[in-house]
Amino acid sequence: MTETGPFRLPRGGRLIDRAYQLPFRFDGRQMRGVAGDTLASALLANGQLMMGRSFKYHRPRGPIASGAEEPNALLGLGQGGRFEPNQRATTTPLVGGMATTSQNCWPSLNADIGAINNWMYRFFPAGFYYKTFMHPRPFWKHVFEPIIRRSAGLGKAPTEADPDKYEQAYAHVDVVVVGGGIAGLTAARDAGRDGKSVWLVEQTPHLGGRTPTDHADGQARVDALLAELRGMANVTLRRSTQATGLYDHGYLLVRESLADHDPNAGIPRQRLWRIRAGHVIVATGALERPLSFAGNDVPGVILASAVRDYIDLYGVAPGRRIVVVTNNDDAYRTALAALDAGLEVPVVIDARSTAEGALPAAVRARGVRVLTGSAVAGIKGGHGVEAVKICAHSGSGQVTETVDADCVAMSGGWSPVVHLWSHCGGKLNWSDAQSMFAPDPNRPPTGADGKAMASCVGAAAGDLLAAELTGAQAEAATMPVWVMPAHATRKMKFKMWLDFQNDVKVSDVELAAQEGYHSVEHTKRYTTLGMATDQGKVSNINGLAVLSNALNQSIPATGTTTFRPPYTPLTLGTIAGEARGEIFQPLRKTPMHGWHESHGAFFEPVGHWRRPYCYPKGGESHGDAVAREIRAVRASVGTLDASTLGKIIVKGPDAGKFLDMMYTGMMSTLPVGKCRYGLICNENGFLSDDGVAARLSEDTWLVHTTTGGADRMHGHFEDWLQCEWWDWKVYTANVTEQWAQVAVVGPKARVLLERLGGKIDLSPEALPFMGWIEGEIAGIPARVYRISFSGELSFEVAVPANRGLELWEKLHEAGRDLNVTPYGTEAMHVMRAEKGFIMIGDETDGTVIPQDLGMSWAISKKKADYIGKRAQERSFMTDPGRWKLVGLESLDGRVLPDGVYAVDQGVNANGQRKTQGRVTSTYMSPTLNKPIAMGLVRHGPDRMGEVLEFPVAGQESYKARIVDPVFYDKEGSRANG
Amino acid sequence: MAEALAKISQVQDWGMIQIRADLTRAGDAIAGAAGVALPGQGRITTDGSRSLGWMSPDELLLVLPRAETAEALAALQDALSTEHALALDVSDMRAVFRIQGAKALDVLMKLCPADLAAMPEDGLRRTRAAQVACGIWREPGGYVLIGFRSVTDYLRGILTGAAAPGTQLSPR
Amino acid sequence: MLTLTCPYCGIAAEETELQPGGEAHLKRFGPGSTDEEFEAYLFARKNPKGVHFERWRHAYGCGKWFMAARDTATLQVFGTYSAQTPHPTPEIVAAIRAHRPDWQPDWTEAPADTPAESLNA
Repeated sequence: MTETGPFRLPRGGRLIDRAYQLPFRFDGRQMRGVAGDTLASALLANGQLMMGRSFKYHRPRGPIASGAEEPNALLGLGQGGRFEPNQRATTTPLVGGMATTSQNCWPSLNADIGAINNWMYRFFPAGFYYKTFMHPRPFWKHVFEPIIRRSAGLGKAPTEADPDKYEQAYAHVDVVVVGGGIAGLTAARDAGRDGKSVWLVEQTPHLGGRTPTDHADGQARVDALLAELRGMANVTLRRSTQATGLYDHGYLLVRESLADHDPNAGIPRQRLWRIRAGHVIVATGALERPLSFAGNDVPGVILASAVRDYIDLYGVAPGRRIVVVTNNDDAYRTALAALDAGLEVPVVIDARSTAEGALPAAVRARGVRVLTGSAVAGIKGGHGVEAVKICAHSGSGQVTETVDADCVAMSGGWSPVVHLWSHCGGKLNWSDAQSMFAPDPNRPPTGADGKAMASCVGAAAGDLLAAELTGAQAEAATMPVWVMPAHATRKMKFKMWLDFQNDVKVSDVELAAQEGYHSVEHTKRYTTLGMATDQGKVSNINGLAVLSNALNQSIPATGTTTFRPPYTPLTLGTIAGEARGEIFQPLRKTPMHGWHESHGAFFEPVGHWRRPYCYPKGGESHGDAVAREIRAVRASVGTLDASTLGKIIVKGPDAGKFLDMMYTGMMSTLPVGKCRYGLICNENGFLSDDGVAARLSEDTWLVHTTTGGADRMHGHFEDWLQCEWWDWKVYTANVTEQWAQVAVVGPKARVLLERLGGKIDLSPEALPFMGWIEGEIAGIPARVYRISFSGELSFEVAVPANRGLELWEKLHEAGRDLNVTPYGTEAMHVMRAEKGFIMIGDETDGTVIPQDLGMSWAISKKKADYIGKRAQERSFMTDPGRWKLVGLESLDGRVLPDGVYAVDQGVNANGQRKTQGRVTSTYMSPTLNKPIAMGLVRHGPDRMGEVLEFPVAGQESYKARIVDPVFYDKEGSRANG
Repeated sequence: MAEALAKISQVQDWGMIQIRADLTRAGDAIAGAAGVALPGQGRITTDGSRSLGWMSPDELLLVLPRAETAEALAALQDALSTEHALALDVSDMRAVFRIQGAKALDVLMKLCPADLAAMPEDGLRRTRAAQVACGIWREPGGYVLIGFRSVTDYLRGILTGAAAPGTQLSPR
Repeated sequence: MLTLTCPYCGIAAEETELQPGGEAHLKRFGPGSTDEEFEAYLFARKNPKGVHFERWRHAYGCGKWFMAARDTATLQVFGTYSAQTPHPTPEIVAAIRAHRPDWQPDWTEAPADTPAESLNA
């Protein structure tokens, strides 16, 4: 089968289908794999052992694992918007036509210039960056940082938008079993038999885990479990589904791969499940640890379990002549698998003084030499293994023998995968007997009921053999081996890799300990151990063991770093889910939104609403459009879509009393048929919202809020009603969207409305300023409020939302000869500023009280209490030096920039120029043909006529005179038409 | 091309009346005026044409044919005239969607954090659909989802997206 | 991410359906209160590691505020109850004591005479 690679074995391969060949490209070279291959197995079959370079030294790297823990074989996948960096070749299913690229090398994988770092390793120890780039200071910004930024990062970020779709889904499940190995399958079966709703999620596309590979009748045992599980209607099995994190109260995030293998399927690529699990059973197995010997990162040095995975699962030989090095019995299974596949095993190197179990015996019986008490002194070879140098484990590395080999299968023992258990607080115990951290069943993560929300089974629980389930015979103990040989020289430690991806070596961790980094969390950050994209799955335990030895303390005394989600990286698209493009966020649209769109409106966001900012015509600029709209309104008539204003019904025998508490002014005395402007403060006294309230009947008010304030004010009302005055008889209802509201504004407003006809009297006598009336306009039931935010004669007409567009269109039809002009929010803003009206969010910023704005007239002196009253009595609030609202008149005709500060004499404690005010609103007034502005200035109203200076970087300082904030129609006669 | 998981359609001809009152005192009067039985906590009752949903301990929602709204509102206001109560026509502030089809639940499971599979047959659940508030109840062949009018396009977008062909939630 | 059962709806809502409202059972001080009283009401909040009482609003639901008694360290929820009570109810106190025998209420007035159930009409 050479067409799928020279290293494809003639037989075997549990997961592959040799009948389906799949062509793919690696760094532009054409290769072939077969269906069922991972990218890693296909590359290995093609003899492509080297798959990338490391982060810091750019060392050549091949895969060391066969699963999610892989630190080395990270590739860039796809092209264009689908390009994704740092994808693990070991977990990526091979797809026909796939284009893959190696990373972290330039100009090519084989001749990488960055590898010069490798020859300089003595000058790049742990903490190198912190130590080197400190001095001289200016060098950081101009020399070091630009160079580091250019070479930092692993892989390249894609430059185009991701064309794939993603989705999320919620599930509520009694029991979620994570891991489809034999322990997980058994746990799912047991929970299924109990009648619970059960999900089993498995990260790979295959169920059964290691059991079929490692145990003689494993496949039969798995098949029997699967047969029973598939017959259970209450059990769901999800493959290619990765549990990424377990959070509070049984919240489990799970990523299901749907179309990773087929981008053209037209369905979402991945689905993020947001599961509420009654209980989570962690059956995530264990990960094999590397051994720390010199040269353990040379391509071809592979974890023993991975070597037999490649042979058994994919029919691929990682090498032809495989040396096994171990501290436990399990790795002997690799020797047997290699021999069964017809590969050579010249020697097994075992650090233990004896190896007498059944597995070593079986290996010896096949004629393989077993060297006990031995160790690897070094690896010969750069881009691949050429030979293994052997020494005594108890010594310091004197080579006793050199054995030719092209692959080393190493095993340093196993670590249970405890991530999910630990994410939400589950604690671990160190087992000396097995040299591993295992979950402490007495200290589980707890849920809302205070009881365990997760439990571990099988290897994840520390039962590595799971003999009851697998039928495995007992094995001899693992010997703790953290450095090989035991007394390795300092020079050897420079070549012993702990973290393969981030290039952290035994020497680095020892150096950190020597420099005083005694906390494992500090050492992690100083050395970057475990901080790469693999999050140290294979490196952390070895690293903290080395640290413990260096600190001369036990491993549990050192402890582990914190396990944090996600277990494997999640692509951002999955986290965003459906929230992209048109449905990135809900856009709120008024009933007239379509009309605005078709009439060229330029929209601005106000909360989630989109409101017309202006309606530019032809090639008109926004500024010109705004000026035209204002002139039209002031000269004749304009319409504003005011539907977004909040509208809240407040009804009940205590409604007046309640509104008196909510507003600074008096609402209970408002006569039926009238409107009153009011201010709402929070309990801190600060202005929170404003608007006009109308009394609809004896016990009913309709209060208007700002556009952004509707939900907030309704919530504020309900908060006080429910939590403070729950015996008051008041009901509220937020009816904002029930009504379309149109402000018809300008001297011709009444003329226009009267043209529409209807059963309603809009005369000044029937409807005076600050009154409201109900009736019918153009056959549409309407409520009309005579209120004005522009200073002009103004009617706000509210009609049922479904008829808003009809009203709007009729106004524009009937008013053509009046030059009726739709105007947007910017024209509204300018016109209110011309009149000196404040705007919540412009003149207020959460630290402004009504008194600052000269609005004492809106504060009732008679009331004993209202929300904010007590706070406004605090000394800080009554300080005469507070910044207060004034108008500002630019001296040189330039429009003051928004938000600029007026400077004062002297400097503050930080040496900064003192300030005495700032600009809060500033516009060019088309009505007055000059700039206008408002601002808050220290006791400003007492300083009329004074000139303030506003320095702006790079420009001549602005100067403005303090004036009255009402610039236009000071008498207010225009509101009467 | 595979079929969508469910048919998403907008309902335009329903009226809605929001009622707030002390339901223990005024429940019978409301049921009488509405012509539908008073629902229990978290439930919705129906006579086939009108439905009365429990929205909160002191709030109900009457759903009825649009043409009957004004008359029903008057009847309710009359029945509640001696009570501290609130009855309002809220027909125009809603968007109503039907999610019809065997996989309708799949569509909602992608958008709502609520356990809708466990909702009683006559349940009404207020929750959120992606980023907006909604209420959901069952009807023959699927579900009804109500939300706010201003986000009608958003609701249609997320419902249609969640119902995209080939995206059923059962394992493949 | 928490799940809390709304005492008004009887359904378990997850945190994204809820709005947090800070410490529960604050006593409001208005006009006439001293600066010290008002400062304490406005700014001083308990921040215990352990048993705590909080306000939550079932925002994407019935819209009602309710109270939750929970352990801020373990996130164990001892119960949720009506907002219309000046102190945690006797049932809540009993539920906390069942898990935290050493815990002592820090209020002195008589417990509320309105049990939570009576509000769930």
